[in-house]
Amino acid sequence: MNFDELFWTLQVLVAVGLLTSAIAAVRFKNLISAVIAMAVFSLILSLEFYVLQAPDVAIAEAGVGACLTTAMYLLAIKKTAAEEVIE
Amino acid sequence: MTTVIIKTTTKYLAALILTFGAYIIVHGHLTPGGGFQGGAVFASGLALLIVACEGDVIRERFKKVPLSALESVGALGFLGMATLGFMGYTFFRNVIANSGFPLFGEPTPLGINPGYLNTGGTLPYMNIFVGTKVLAGLTSIILVFYLLLEVRENE
Repeated sequence: MNFDELFWTLQVLVAVGLLTSAIAAVRFKNLISAVIAMAVFSLILSLEFYVLQAPDVAIAEAGVGACLTTAMYLLAIKKTAAEEVIE
Repeated sequence: MTTVIIKTTTKYLAALILTFGAYIIVHGHLTPGGGFQGGAVFASGLALLIVACEGDVIRERFKKVPLSALESVGALGFLGMATLGFMGYTFFRNVIANSGFPLFGEPTPLGINPGYLNTGGTLPYMNIFVGTKVLAGLTSIILVFYLLLEVRENE
């Protein structure tokens, strides 16, 4: 497998993973599952940044997007309802 | 939230994450990353500890940590390192590089080399100060979130 095939295979996998995790984050009824889906979205996005040769941005995305926002959302959900309320 | 799985994982992972954050900060002038990225990784390790532990333990541990003072020290230290350039040169001039100063002041070898940690002049100092500021700020955001929610529950 040469470099071009590996690169485009990785691009297609990243695109499918981003779409899947984004749709999952929107459609999950359990809020904790939705937050974890958003963390997976950020992690796949940081992989894409690394493939596009921006390791700086990849580290920042993995640290802030996948970890800190997830911790803040989890702390906020911890004291409120864990299920989405539909009026 | 604080199950056995999270507690056991935190016990082994937190030290590794904190070490990796410090590595990114200190090697900021040689490898990808720098003050902001290392500080974010360090703060995410502390956030893991905050999420995993009980409320009383957190309040007791972080009572002695001067987070706002650390943030001010980061900003003032960055400006101070920039002001050092006024010693005969301009603002932000790298006066320590290649000067023979024992810490981060060794002459940089020419050509392709593996990268030497003891070079760089004021850049590593600035990375360390920015890292201090970022980790104090992000950790205090998480901590305020956690403690405010605790207060709401007690009322």
